[in-house]
Amino acid sequence: MKHTISVLVKNEPGILSSVCDLFSTRGFNIESLTVAATIDNSFSRITIVTNGDDVVIEQICKQLNRLINTIKVVELPKSADKCIDRELILCKVTAKDDARNEILRIAEIFGAKIIDVSTETYTIEFSGDTRQVVTLLALLKPLGVKELVRSGMVAITRENQFINIDR
Amino acid sequence: MTAEQITKPDKMTGAAMFLECLKKEGVDEIFGYPGGAILHIYDELYKCKDIKHYLVRHEQAAVHAAEGYARVTGKAGVVLVTSGPGATNAVTGIANAYYDSYPLVVFTGQVDSKLIGNDAFQEADIVGITRTCCKHNYLVKNLSDLPRVIKEAFHIAQTGKPGPVVVSLPKDVLTSKMSFEYPERINLPGYNPNYEGHPIQCRRALKLLCEAQRPVIISGGGVIHSEAWLELQDLAKKLNIPVATTLMGIGTFPQDNELSLGMLGMHGNYWANLAVSNCDVLFAVGTRFNDRITGCLKRFCKDAKVIHVDIDPCSISKNVHVDIPIVGNAKNVLKVVLNEYSTGEYKYDNQMRNMWIKQIDSWKSNKPVYAVPEGILHPQTVISHIYQKTKNMKTVIATEVGQHQMWTAQLYKFNRPRQLITSGGLGTMGFGFPAAIGAQIADKDALVFNIAGDGSIQMNIQEIMTCVDYKIPVKIAVINNGYLGMVRQWQEKLFDKHYSQTPITSPDYVKLADAYGILGLRITEENQIDEALDKAIAYDGPVIMDFVVEPFEMVYPWVLAGKPINEIILSNNSDDEGKGE
Ligand SMILES: Cc1ncc(C[n+]2csc(CCOP(=O)(O)OP(=O)(O)O)c2C)c(N)n1
Ligand SMILES: [Mg+2]
Repeated sequence: MKHTISVLVKNEPGILSSVCDLFSTRGFNIESLTVAATIDNSFSRITIVTNGDDVVIEQICKQLNRLINTIKVVELPKSADKCIDRELILCKVTAKDDARNEILRIAEIFGAKIIDVSTETYTIEFSGDTRQVVTLLALLKPLGVKELVRSGMVAITRENQFINIDR
Repeated sequence: MTAEQITKPDKMTGAAMFLECLKKEGVDEIFGYPGGAILHIYDELYKCKDIKHYLVRHEQAAVHAAEGYARVTGKAGVVLVTSGPGATNAVTGIANAYYDSYPLVVFTGQVDSKLIGNDAFQEADIVGITRTCCKHNYLVKNLSDLPRVIKEAFHIAQTGKPGPVVVSLPKDVLTSKMSFEYPERINLPGYNPNYEGHPIQCRRALKLLCEAQRPVIISGGGVIHSEAWLELQDLAKKLNIPVATTLMGIGTFPQDNELSLGMLGMHGNYWANLAVSNCDVLFAVGTRFNDRITGCLKRFCKDAKVIHVDIDPCSISKNVHVDIPIVGNAKNVLKVVLNEYSTGEYKYDNQMRNMWIKQIDSWKSNKPVYAVPEGILHPQTVISHIYQKTKNMKTVIATEVGQHQMWTAQLYKFNRPRQLITSGGLGTMGFGFPAAIGAQIADKDALVFNIAGDGSIQMNIQEIMTCVDYKIPVKIAVINNGYLGMVRQWQEKLFDKHYSQTPITSPDYVKLADAYGILGLRITEENQIDEALDKAIAYDGPVIMDFVVEPFEMVYPWVLAGKPINEIILSNNSDDEGKGE
């Protein structure tokens, strides 16, 4: 079962290593991990996508909390009406002859942008939730994906819910 | 004088500031070993009268000694070593304190911050190396951070679930200058250990304990850390509940009390393991349910309701399913439970309790007694004699790791917490002797014994010279069986007696004592034990006693790794397999 965990940490060297070490020494899985500073530069927000049963996820959250430099650890709700998730992908596809049109059509349907072109390739930029990303990639794959970069998932809760530093 | 000169205090080097910070933390004794990266601090120490430094012979021993010190005082032990090899030598000591949750602050030198990452001479990434075996660590990059980091390091080491904190000090930080100000307050938004158990959970726990027909309490190391033994004893007596301890919890419940089951686990008492296996409510306080006490997890307490008190939320429901989790400091939680009980609203069926205790007593009396054959000198006999000789003195016993450690845990009837110093979580051979040194420094009038194996003592035997230098009168009792006995025991039972690399030779300990200038005694027969112990205790200085014992003794009871704890081997007579009821 897939889970998304949001971790607010002090923006200090070593904290990312501590988080990664925790996953590797305890045999937990990381499916994706993103990290960048929050609006307050002295803190960072890490979004981790991991899988495991409830007992494992509970241990992961507790262990993350135990690190001195983690301020908050929140398992994000799974339902789409409570939480929004996004992933950015950059994808270079083979684009020759008829395929060029086909790719443009697919891009249009998904609202994806062509951000670079060459005689043989298109580079597509797309951001969306996991399902959209997976579907788009499934359509592009048969056309020949030369290179793919994914940002990993970031996520935020809806409406008046915040994961912030309490002041 | 200008106004600026009046208001600004004098500037101070990082090295001088370091010692000022230690003084602010009330540190007056530290353990260490100098080297290039840390020389500036040693130069300040040379002038400093308020802090006594103990020079060991190996950095590992400095850390173990500091842990021994912490175990006796309950305060953080402090270590100072140099960069590179000094720091890496300290790692085993740091890990040992981490797994047994004792507070240390370990300062390691580091190369100039500008050189870090360049593979400079004696550079080791100690922050990276210790990341998974210490509670927290720091690399101090600017002198302005030093006072805050030291304040935080002591705070983190000594609060919550205690543990070692490592602070890496680059040389340029120690040489640069600034005015000194020690912070008054701690600001660690990510660190708020929960001390107060939830009152509703405490009430639920008490209710369950009162309803129980066959309750058992397990008392672990957390009861020592939170100094909760009196509350625990009080509760057990008021509710008439038998108490087993883990290896780390030994001493938290007096073994001469009739509710005492002694130690449980792999080499625990037969009746303690049966009581825990057959209980209907288990009240576990300050233990992380290590596999050495649970045996096969699936079969551990499988029909019992479990109440688990621990300061570390990670320990709860990690190994054993818990019905009533209580995150908090054991002392506070037990106080709440006791208070609640004093309302008089909670009643239990004492007749039922007495039946349960009678049942346990029958296990005690039915168990086949493992009789030690007469004639030769047996390790168990030696330990029993040490107990008889020292039981009425203020004794601290530090052990190494192996058979002698288990016999000590079984046969020495510890009645006080902080009386047994032993490496539980990491199981580090070579820990006991330096830890005994630290214990003796912490409590100068205690009688400190190091009960050692012939294998283990040779891992840090160089520290005899430290004892000589500082007149530290530790009494070493080597249980000399000519083997890495505990490993040999596994080989005997599980590897067809293939004693692969377990016979181990020793130097002549009496001659060695002579070379170091301490007292050496050899004991080969039972009737020599008492005289030797009298001599050793009366001798004003360190002593090494070489007890030449029967090599092929086994530690029983014995639950093989991975088996449920009620499947107990009681002796080498296979008919004596304990029938877990
Ligand atoms: C540093 C270290 N290395 C290896 C071991 C594995 N080990 C556990 S007990 C033991 C034998 C200890 O022998 P000795 O000190 O003579 O004690 P005995 O069991 O004979 O009483 C060994 C090798 C260990 N615990 N620690
Ligand atoms: Mg031995």
